[in-house]
Amino acid sequence: MSKVFIGMGTCGLATGAGQVKTAVEKWAAARAVNVEITATGCIGYCKAEPIMDVVTESGHRVSYSNVTPEVAGFILDEVLVRKNFSLDGLLGQFRNGKSPLPGIPLIDEHPYFRKQVKYVLRNCGVIDPESIADYRAHGGFQGFEKAIGMTREQVIQEVTRSGLRGRGGSGFPAGKKWELALASRNEKKYVICNADEGDPGAFMDRSILEGDTYAVLEGMMVAGYAIGANEGIIYCRAEYPLAIERIRKAIEVLKAEGLLEKPIGTSGFQFKLRIKMGAGAFVCGEETALMASVEGRRGMPRPRPPFPSVEGLFQKPTIVNNVETLANVSHIMREGAESFSCMGTQNSMGTKVFALTGKITNAGLVEVPMGITLREIVFDIGGGIPGGKAFKAVQIGGPSGGCIPADHLDI
Amino acid sequence: MEMTQQARPIEAVIAKYPKSREHLISILQEVQSEYGYLSKESINRISDYLGLPSSKIFGVATFYNQFKLSAPGRIQVAICRGTACHVKGSLNLLDNCRQLLGIEVGQTTKDGLFSLEMVACLGCCSIAPAMMVNGRFFGRLDKKMLEELIEKWRAAGRVEE
Repeated sequence: MSKVFIGMGTCGLATGAGQVKTAVEKWAAARAVNVEITATGCIGYCKAEPIMDVVTESGHRVSYSNVTPEVAGFILDEVLVRKNFSLDGLLGQFRNGKSPLPGIPLIDEHPYFRKQVKYVLRNCGVIDPESIADYRAHGGFQGFEKAIGMTREQVIQEVTRSGLRGRGGSGFPAGKKWELALASRNEKKYVICNADEGDPGAFMDRSILEGDTYAVLEGMMVAGYAIGANEGIIYCRAEYPLAIERIRKAIEVLKAEGLLEKPIGTSGFQFKLRIKMGAGAFVCGEETALMASVEGRRGMPRPRPPFPSVEGLFQKPTIVNNVETLANVSHIMREGAESFSCMGTQNSMGTKVFALTGKITNAGLVEVPMGITLREIVFDIGGGIPGGKAFKAVQIGGPSGGCIPADHLDI
Repeated sequence: MEMTQQARPIEAVIAKYPKSREHLISILQEVQSEYGYLSKESINRISDYLGLPSSKIFGVATFYNQFKLSAPGRIQVAICRGTACHVKGSLNLLDNCRQLLGIEVGQTTKDGLFSLEMVACLGCCSIAPAMMVNGRFFGRLDKKMLEELIEKWRAAGRVEE
C-alpha cells in the first residue's frame, strides 16, 4: 500500500488539490494498486500549493510543490515505480527518525522553513485533521489528560508560567484571564473560542482550525476544566466553511468517544461544545460584540468593565480566547511551560504565527519565535519582493495596524 | 450553499431550534440557506415562532452582511476586497466582473443566474486575488480566467469543475 498526502486546506483546494486527488485515484485505479490518500491541512507554503507528499518504499515522506493533475501521475510513476525522487517542484523530505534519503534535502532546511519554529503549527499540513487517531498519534489529548490530573490552580499556573499571551492581538496574559474567571464564583461559566478572524490579510486561525482542529478543541477543554466551565462555544466566521465543517465533525467524534457531555474519569469534569456561525460583521471579533452576537442580538460592543471574566455571555463569567492561544495551550500542557517559555523574548515568550501576503515572493503562513526582525520575515523567509523590485513598506496588524517603511525593518 | 430544488416549508426548517432569541441568527442562516434570502414573509413567520417583534429581527438581519433581503442569483459571485486582494488588483477584477455580468454589486442578472457581491476578506490571502462562488474558492485570478469561468458557468447554467 502506497501513501500519499495532499494539502487540502482552503488554499490547496482553491488551487486545484481536489483535481490532484482525483488524478491520484485514477492513477491508482489504472495500475490496480492501493494508494491511501490523506487530506492534510495547510503547511503554510501557500505559494507552492497544491502540495503533494509521497511516501517512498523506504518509508520516507517526500514533498512536491505546484502539483497539477497532469503531473501528479508522473510524480507517482517516478517516485513509486522508478524510485527517482529528484523531480521538478521537490520541496524536500520530512525528518522521520531514520537516516534521510541521500541527495534529497530536508524540508525543514528549505529556505522557507529554515528560520521557522513550528510549535502551534506543528501538525498543520502533516496530519489528517479529521482523524482523531492521527491527532492522538502525534500526542493529542495527552495535555488534557495531564490537566485533569492536576488541580485547576495548577493548570492555570502552568499556563501562566509558559508566558502565553493572547494571540488575538491584545497580548493579555492567558493565565491571568483564566485566574480571574476561576475567581468568579458561579455555577455556569463559558469558554468561548474567538474564531471570527476578520482582519483582511490574516488567515492564521483558519489554517489552524482547518489543519489541526482537535488541538483547538483540546485547548478549550483544558480551559473549561481550569476555570470550572461546563460549556464551550466556538464562534467561527461564516466565510470559513471548511473550518466549520471540520469543527462540527470533530465535536461529533469527541461526543462518540465520551470526551464531551459525559463526566471524565473521577475528575467530575463534564464539558459540552457547540459551534456558532458568525454572520459577516467585522466588529464581532471584539469580545463583547461577539457575545452579543452569540446571544442572537446585533453585535454591538459595550464598554468594559464589567469584564467578561466577571460578567460575560448571558451575564455569566466567560473567557474569550483566540484560536491560536487555545491551540498553544494543548501543546503547553503536554510538554510543559518551559517548552514554550524557552522561545521568544523576556516579555513575549513563545512563537507567533504570521500571514505573509501581498507583493511578496513567498506568500503563506509562517511561525517564528517572538523577537525575530521584520527583515528576517520579509526577506529570509518571505523571499523579498517579486521581480527584484524595491521594498517600500510592510503593513502589520490588520486595518488598525500601521505601515512600517524600509528604515525600520530591523526593529 | 447550493440551493435545493424543492424548498421545505419554513416551519420544517426552523422547528429544530428551541424558541429562544439566542437561536435567532442560526435560524436566519438556516432559512437563508434554504430559500437563498430572507423574505418579508419568512421574517414574519420567524417573528411568530420566537415571539419577537419583526422589527427586532429586521434589525439583526440588516446588521450582519451575510443576510440578503432580496433573491440572489443561482450563481453567487463574491469578489474579495481584502487588503491582500486589493494589492493584487481585486478592484480591476471587480470591474471586469461588473462588465462581464452587466450588473452592479448587490444586483442580480435579469435571468436570475448571477448575482454579484463584495466581501471584506475571505482569508485566503496567500492566493490573492480570490473570489468565492456558491461556497467554493477560486484564487490567483486574472481577467482571462474570470472570463473563462463566467462563460463556462453561463453556458452550463451552473457552477461546474
